[in-house]
Amino acid sequence: MPFKRYVEIGRVALVNYGNDYGKLVVIVDVIDQNRALVDAPDMVRSQMNFKRLSLTDIKIDIKRVPKKKELLAAMEAADVKKKWENSSWGRKFIVQKRRACLTDFDRFKLMLAKIKRAGLVRQELANLKKNAA
Amino acid sequence: MTAKLKTARKSRNPDLIRGVGKYSRSKMYHKRGLWAIKAKNGGVFPHHDPKPAAENPPQKPPKFYPADDVKKPFVNKRKHKPTKLRTSITPGTVLIVLAGRFKGKRVVFLKQLSSGLLLVTGPFKINGVPLRRVNQSYVIATSTKVDISGVNVEKFDDKYFAKEVEKKKTKGEGQFFEAEKEEKKLLPQGKKDDQKAVDAPLLKSIEAVADLKTYLAARFSLMSGMKPHELVF
Repeated sequence: MPFKRYVEIGRVALVNYGNDYGKLVVIVDVIDQNRALVDAPDMVRSQMNFKRLSLTDIKIDIKRVPKKKELLAAMEAADVKKKWENSSWGRKFIVQKRRACLTDFDRFKLMLAKIKRAGLVRQELANLKKNAA
Repeated sequence: MTAKLKTARKSRNPDLIRGVGKYSRSKMYHKRGLWAIKAKNGGVFPHHDPKPAAENPPQKPPKFYPADDVKKPFVNKRKHKPTKLRTSITPGTVLIVLAGRFKGKRVVFLKQLSSGLLLVTGPFKINGVPLRRVNQSYVIATSTKVDISGVNVEKFDDKYFAKEVEKKKTKGEGQFFEAEKEEKKLLPQGKKDDQKAVDAPLLKSIEAVADLKTYLAARFSLMSGMKPHELVF
């Protein structure tokens, strides 16, 4: 099975460990076998170990080590944010984040909503079964 | 010598280095105004006779001396600092009680008492928890807050919750063999009225929020997959 996502300049990656967990960053240069120079609109350009990055499908068109302004412009042009939010990985990630910060009251309201929804589904199913019989 | 003590009066003789003052003895004599005190008293420093010592009754020798030396416990004058209230707990916060008869109940925080314990109420109509004291350590503070502005908790303090002292009844022999009539301790009507007075405005503000009433009526429990250290409360 060949690889589909490569580490290359312009590859958008998700940080999966550390203080910047959950950020989308762009690989702007490769330092050595283990580390990349990484940049994002809301952070200072810094190095990161590849082990902290999960590569995504998104790639933007930039030259090696672009200026911050050029990087921002390229991200706007490629519409990274929208692509991420529409991708299934992105949507799941957003849901996970939302679930992690639910308060106790939110979890209670969620439970009530689930019970209600299940009740409605079961009722519909019963109706359908009755009509089919 | 006057009876009142001036707390930490600054010395009139500043230190040049530790152990060496700036002013000499004669200079200090002048600075302290000892010449003025003498002048007021006719050239002599005023002398007050010592107050007659209070008459102690003559102590009788003790009847009993223990065979071995008895150790006296050391004097302990340490005072506890007032309990710090967690910043997450403010009046109106919903708390989860973790231990005791009401474990798992979600309860509304009213105020911190002088002993450090938290004054808390169900409200009673919703979940059966009365006005009660609870220790901060046995409580999880959620981020849900109830509007508590209409409630007056001024009159509640630790004395309100003190146990009533029972008077000992001297029993005669006959009464001993009779089955002891256990009088059920009824809750005094005053306390029931206090509960209602506190809960009435609370109920109004609770019913204003959707689902909050059923939330307070339900108990908290950990389900499969819930990790307390990862939960946001």
